[in-house]
Amino acid sequence: MTKFQAPHLEYSLIAPLLIVLGVATLGVLVEAFVPRERRYLAQTVLALVGTLVALGDTLWVFGKLNPVHGKVHPGFVVGQGSLALDGPALFCWILVLGFSALSILLFAERRLEGGVTAFAGQASALPGTEAEREASTRGLEHTEVFPLMMFAVAGMMIFPAANDLITMFIGLEVLSLPLYLLCGLARRRRLLSQEAAMKYFMLGAFSSGFFVYGMALVYGYAGSMDFAHIATAVASGTGAHALLLGGIGMLAVGLFFKIGAAPFQAWVPDVYQGAPTAVTAFMAAGTKVAAIGALFRVFFVAFGGARWDWMPMAWIVVILTMVVGSLLALAQTDVKRLLAYSSVAHAGFMLTALLGARSLADIGPGNIQPVQAVLFYLTTYGLTNMAAFAIVTLVRDSGGEATSFAAWTGLGKKSPLVAGIFSFLLLGLAGIPLTSGFVGKWAVFTSAMSAGAWPVVIIAVLGSATAAFFYVRVIVLMFFTDGATEGPTVAIPSVLTTVVIAVGAAGSLVLGIVPGPLLDLLGRVGEFIR
Amino acid sequence: MSFPWLSVLLGLPLVGAVLLVLLPAGVAAINVKRAALFISVAELIIGASMALRFHNGDGTQFTEKHEWIKAFGAHYALGVEGLGLSLVLLTVILTPVVILASWNDGDEGRWGPKAFFAWMLALEGLAVGVFAATDVFLFYVFFEATLIPIYFLVGGYGGPNRAKAAVKFLLYNLFGGLVMLAAVIGLYVQSARHHVGASGGPSYLLSDLSKIDFGTDVGRWLFLGFMVAFVVKAPLFPVHTWLADTCEEATPGTSVLLVSILDKIGSFGMVRFCLTLFPEATHWATPTVVVLATISIIYGALMAIGEDNIPRLIAYTSVSHFGFIVLGIFVLNSQGLSGSNLYMFNHGLSTAALFLVGGYLIKRRGSASIKDFGGVEKVAPVAAGLLLISGLAVLSLPGLSPFVSEFLVIVGAFVYSPWAGAFAVTGIVLAAIYVLLMYQRTMTGPLREDNAGITDLNVREIVAVVPVIALMVILGFFPKPLLDMLNPSVHHSLVQVGAHDPGPNVTPSGSSDEGGAK
Repeated sequence: MTKFQAPHLEYSLIAPLLIVLGVATLGVLVEAFVPRERRYLAQTVLALVGTLVALGDTLWVFGKLNPVHGKVHPGFVVGQGSLALDGPALFCWILVLGFSALSILLFAERRLEGGVTAFAGQASALPGTEAEREASTRGLEHTEVFPLMMFAVAGMMIFPAANDLITMFIGLEVLSLPLYLLCGLARRRRLLSQEAAMKYFMLGAFSSGFFVYGMALVYGYAGSMDFAHIATAVASGTGAHALLLGGIGMLAVGLFFKIGAAPFQAWVPDVYQGAPTAVTAFMAAGTKVAAIGALFRVFFVAFGGARWDWMPMAWIVVILTMVVGSLLALAQTDVKRLLAYSSVAHAGFMLTALLGARSLADIGPGNIQPVQAVLFYLTTYGLTNMAAFAIVTLVRDSGGEATSFAAWTGLGKKSPLVAGIFSFLLLGLAGIPLTSGFVGKWAVFTSAMSAGAWPVVIIAVLGSATAAFFYVRVIVLMFFTDGATEGPTVAIPSVLTTVVIAVGAAGSLVLGIVPGPLLDLLGRVGEFIR
Repeated sequence: MSFPWLSVLLGLPLVGAVLLVLLPAGVAAINVKRAALFISVAELIIGASMALRFHNGDGTQFTEKHEWIKAFGAHYALGVEGLGLSLVLLTVILTPVVILASWNDGDEGRWGPKAFFAWMLALEGLAVGVFAATDVFLFYVFFEATLIPIYFLVGGYGGPNRAKAAVKFLLYNLFGGLVMLAAVIGLYVQSARHHVGASGGPSYLLSDLSKIDFGTDVGRWLFLGFMVAFVVKAPLFPVHTWLADTCEEATPGTSVLLVSILDKIGSFGMVRFCLTLFPEATHWATPTVVVLATISIIYGALMAIGEDNIPRLIAYTSVSHFGFIVLGIFVLNSQGLSGSNLYMFNHGLSTAALFLVGGYLIKRRGSASIKDFGGVEKVAPVAAGLLLISGLAVLSLPGLSPFVSEFLVIVGAFVYSPWAGAFAVTGIVLAAIYVLLMYQRTMTGPLREDNAGITDLNVREIVAVVPVIALMVILGFFPKPLLDMLNPSVHHSLVQVGAHDPGPNVTPSGSSDEGGAK
């Protein structure tokens, strides 16, 4: 009988992940043992403190890579080769945890709904029934959203750090399942919310199926799930090429679905619109970081040698995503849906960095690298989007959030400050200079152009012009059009939402004016460990 | 470390704009306006003292350079040569004029005078930045950033269709700007490939970029990227349509800032970037650009003749004049180029005067249509006189400053090709028609009954316009100081682009004007 070998785990390095999972589990226990009236406070504090501690710990681990000065450490492969804690992975962790901390503040906002959170009082009560009314009058809330969210955060951390396909799939599922649930928990417009959850779940499950099939094909090709082994197999080129191509394609379907890239973007508008806005903000920022991180790792580390095989597909997807996102956004008349389509367009802009893949020998000293560019873009996009969705929660009428364009007309007169900040954020999303969005766009387009993908850059630039049009249309609505005197009001949020808006807007501004330090930092650590 | 003149000139109005917005709501509107005027006059004084410190022929001066975004090779680098300084001066001269002339125009807009003057000051600061940037990335940032103040100035204050006009303005310019972005990114790729930066990395400094030999194909594509943006900005046929629509709706002050200052970015950019960085592509594109410019001259003038709306008419005259400016640049000889450089300054003055005086009259009459005026000189002789002088300046009457520049451009055009010269000359004739027809229809003849209520200009309005007219008269008779300032940079541009003036015809009887084109 062979002796059982206990797996060797580097606890100090993966502590951030363990903290998040621990907090999530503790959150479940809180639901079980803490009296209902104290749960809100307990869950909020637990989730927030846990996230911040995990964030601090991640920064400590990140510090071991010498990101600022000294010789850069390439990173650590931990957990028996299942997780790669390199610069991109750890930076994704920092982003995910930072955005989660902000999302928790949005989740915990109670003032806007008159003393309860924006989540359904009792999800099991059917919409429009006596039970629902009763839950509402008793002021019930689902504090389970906090542990659910923490599980999703854990998934978002595993996903971009996974160093083999199995771990990556686990990350994918752990991040997705809680999100499906969270999407269906809106307090208002519950049918829309449940429809969104259903759609997201069905399509998400389908795309996971593709992902698993892709794993199987790649395993058939390389004889291993491990990225390093797959890379070796690709380099030697001995396996059946058809298996590899099929595998890459199937894996790409799963990943592009999560990113919301065309032609797998169909769920995005419905889910973004139907989900509670706090969840949408979390999803838009967190899922993108995790999925982009994972996508780049798979394509650069495992399939980097097969670049010429997947590059044509990547070109098509990138161009299609930009075109579909920016053209369909033109026809929207709802702010949330507009932001959803804009997120599709932005997915396309981000993915242009994927076309910047080159052999390391071609990248000169001090040149912008694709990973560096996309991570910067993710930072700016996440911050801007967080704040934008937070502002969406403020504009309300008797039916809850009022997101139609008609409701936003003339907002500049009712609340110049909120409309002004929102305009600034929109200009940031449009990529006007002196906002962070511009620097991000510049960085990803540059890395694509450096690799010779200039036709894509030209389409991207034209797409940006189209995108600018629909962002500006909202500014026109808010400032240059007279709205009805009654209609929605701008609610005064508690300090929680205010913090999110302030952090997002300030981050967007600062990264627009002094992007240098962050770019330099990412330039140092933006290299996958292989 | 010398005194950062340009940073101060750039920062003062921006800080002033922020302070203006932060003024407590209780501050009376009159004091807001005074503060704005004070800031712009202080800016003018700084600009004037810079002009006195400027040494003609010493190349780029008042330079500042700090690394900004190392990964991009971008610098906060400022500096002006003759052309840049002349446009900076134009900016600081016209801003107080516009503020004084638009004293009450901000009251009726969407957000009141505070935001109106704050946007104007912000625009002034950003415009200085555009003309002073010696780093392409910084230039691009300012180039795009100037769109925002104008967008809000047009969209917030102006005629009934202002929102639509503002969007049209923004989309045209954003389109041009984004095409330029592709070229700016291309420059980065090239600079990284050629290792021109100080540490072997990429660099956006003009001084570094001008060392690169881009090769024929790359150079031409990049040139086109820049040129599209500049042609939209200094509107040439066929991408000029936004200008008339915008000017129709904007307040006269906004139109001055837009046409007199911001549109110069286009022609300035052609000289500073297209000629300097892409000499081969410039020669390649010259025939096309000359044709487009000539079409603009004639087309703009014809449209102006047929136009009934006064601001639109002025906008079309500018399309025609930008045709002259671009023509002068691309004939690639010293007469044409120095004429163009001079024209950029003079066109700023003459158009400003015409927009402002026209604006005074439109405000009094309540209509911008020429048909609604008649015989106004009887009730408002001062306004009529100022309109006439500004109009004569626009049609380049000798003795007023635009004449010198237009003359030089036409000489340059004849040197380049008699055909180009011949077509350009028709622009002068047509200019006389549109200006004098407008004057005749609005000012002369019997006084219409509904015009009897038009009052003459008040002291503030006169004080605002007189400096501009005085400057046109002075420079009309004595353009030498300005030409001395501009000529070294003209020479520099021509050396960069590798163009030589055709040698003078040395046969004793020949005159230099008949020198052949080649």
